[in-house]
Amino acid sequence: MTEITTSLLTLDARTQKRNAAERRFRAYGLAAVLTGLLLLVILLVSVLSNGLGAFRQTFVTVDITLDRAQIEEAEAALVKTKIYRGFIEDNIAASLEAAGVTEANDASAAADLLSKDAAASLRDWARTRLESDGEKWSKSFDFLAAGRIDGYLKGRVTMESAALDSKVTPEQLQLADTLRDAGVLVVKFNTGFFTLPDASENQVEAAGLGVAILGSAYLMLIVLFLALPIGVAASIYLEEFAPKNRLTDLIEVNISNLAAVPSIVFGILGLAIFINFIGLPQSAPIVGGLVLTLMTLPTIIISTRAALKAVPPSIRDGALGVGASPMQTVFHHVLPLAAPGILTGTIIGLAQALGETAPLLLIGMVAFVREYPAGPPEGFFDPASALPVQVYNWTQRADPAFFERASGAIIVLLIFLAIMNITAVFLRRKFERRW
Amino acid sequence: MSVLNTTTAAALGLLTASAAFAQSRDQVQVAGSSTVLPYASIVAEVFGENSDFPTPVVQSGGSSAGLKQFCEGIGANTIDIANSSRAIREKEIAACAENGVSEIIEVRIGYDGIVFASQIDGPAFTAFEPAQIYMALAAELPVDGAMTSNPNMSWADVDAGLPGEDILALIPATNHGTREVFDEKVILAGCEASGAMEAILGINGGDHDAAEATCMTLRNDGASVEIQGDYTETLNRIDQNPTAIGVFGLAFYENNTDKLKVATMGGVAPATETIASGEYPVSRPLFFYIKKAHIGVIPGLMEYAQFFMADEIAGPGGPLAEYGLVPDPAIAETQAKIADAQTM
Repeated sequence: MTEITTSLLTLDARTQKRNAAERRFRAYGLAAVLTGLLLLVILLVSVLSNGLGAFRQTFVTVDITLDRAQIEEAEAALVKTKIYRGFIEDNIAASLEAAGVTEANDASAAADLLSKDAAASLRDWARTRLESDGEKWSKSFDFLAAGRIDGYLKGRVTMESAALDSKVTPEQLQLADTLRDAGVLVVKFNTGFFTLPDASENQVEAAGLGVAILGSAYLMLIVLFLALPIGVAASIYLEEFAPKNRLTDLIEVNISNLAAVPSIVFGILGLAIFINFIGLPQSAPIVGGLVLTLMTLPTIIISTRAALKAVPPSIRDGALGVGASPMQTVFHHVLPLAAPGILTGTIIGLAQALGETAPLLLIGMVAFVREYPAGPPEGFFDPASALPVQVYNWTQRADPAFFERASGAIIVLLIFLAIMNITAVFLRRKFERRW
Repeated sequence: MSVLNTTTAAALGLLTASAAFAQSRDQVQVAGSSTVLPYASIVAEVFGENSDFPTPVVQSGGSSAGLKQFCEGIGANTIDIANSSRAIREKEIAACAENGVSEIIEVRIGYDGIVFASQIDGPAFTAFEPAQIYMALAAELPVDGAMTSNPNMSWADVDAGLPGEDILALIPATNHGTREVFDEKVILAGCEASGAMEAILGINGGDHDAAEATCMTLRNDGASVEIQGDYTETLNRIDQNPTAIGVFGLAFYENNTDKLKVATMGGVAPATETIASGEYPVSRPLFFYIKKAHIGVIPGLMEYAQFFMADEIAGPGGPLAEYGLVPDPAIAETQAKIADAQTM
């Protein structure tokens, strides 16, 4: 008895060739997917490894005591923050002694570990004290540490690089080590990264995304409130009411064309029309919002028309058959069924607009903005920044710590984009109807 | 159709509302040179921290783009101040005047050095002469009474004392104000110092302008690479390429001394002191220009300008000098000029 180990079916050469071709095709497809995934992983790893540091920041705890006369003296100077810096120097020695650091008796060396922003935040507090009663006030501050010191605690700056660096000395890093051991210098979660405005080269550690996030939110609001109604109205008219003739064909071709126009072109248009002709202010979210609306409209129109087309004609016929007017048919029957598709298209259009930098470049939104815009609607006319613009801005700065911040900003932007896209997928899954 | 009507009404409403908003502006708007941007943003920040005025908005984009924007006209939707890494040109003054910007106050902030630097672990590019840079980068050199395309392939071909690496210089593209200084103070100076100028004049029959143009035409065979972007791009390229030398602003170099090694020029090391004394040959003044018509209309404009040039800010020991600006010895004159709103 011989055991049968193989199938009785023998494949002829042609079938084998076809099967091989099939397997090869699948392998190519899999390879394509894997390549895409690999690139995504490389991108994410590089962004995360560079940017995660931005979410943590080094702080120094200092107890400050000031009296009315000191504050009044400081407020009389031209550069008031300079006097406040002196106050920090006066107070830091006592704070260090209380923490058990005795060798750092040079107060000015210890104060040099602090950010230049420290004096400004002390002044903000001191000014509010002046308005209150009392003569002498104390408070424990968590001041930001200087950028290079922060970099040392995060591993970006080393003793070797400090020896060559003109902005920090190895002695300062040793002092930082002592302070860290004493618990005066701590690395904490950096809420300021989400709330503080941009900062100059002299105080990179104080730079945050506050104005940029607010500016991006304003842009999205404007785009949503302009592009969605205009886009949906245009699509309903074109899809349901417009006669099919040369004119509507021409409009259709133009809409598809507009969707492919490079975004910088919309920026040029925005500069020429909204700023130079209408006279809207520079660097303002209103101009950015209008420009991004123009850019997003074709996307919304195309996806809305596709969603309307997907509603079966039988539903329209049924509604018309029982006596509904064409408008009732659209608003009572077609539009509700097309809504998930419209929503998805809108969110994808918004996500595209959120990541757009080029048109904002031309309308002055690529700027150093430190003042928060006011609440809407007045705030739409105040200067603001936007998330992608902030990334672009920070990559151009000289201080290497800005690179970390730029990567951190990319992470924030990616999270926002992911949330929007996941919402779009979720809505489509939940409300999609199939016929 | 009601949806359409409402949106049109809303859009029109927005536009009319905007016209009212456009009339007033409560913060100073600045645009221009990317070299001046760090200084302007430092001052804007300290100004915001120390005064009751809002922090000015500073855009970058280059000197020429800033001056063009500056000259677009007068009114709240135009900028108040243009930063520039070079003096304003006659053509630009004329363009300004045509649009009603006839009264301009010129403010010299201080001086900025331009340095040649290479990777810190790279070959010993530690000393250059303008003549060497010219010989390495010119498109054509005069050889035996005729112009021939630059035969130098390595730095050692130019001067036996230099490392034997292939020539690769990363220089600012023509959109940067820095390029103008590079052309005039390095290339042209090198052309004259090396004796090439005389030779070229001998060849072309004494046409001085043409000779200068010939001097400043740089080779495009890959030995000199024009950088369109900022110094960060040059730094990235140098990180990748140990044998490249790059052109930087002094302030940028001082922020990256752990990655870059600077070369002396004509035997003088670039530093605040040597630039202030004029010993270091490659430096240029930085400016900003104020629209006089906006003073008193835009709140804080005069105060910002005065604050910028105050001894505590732009003087020695101030935050600008700390960042890398070489303070102007004649700062008192500039202060008086701003106080009197003296136009050009």
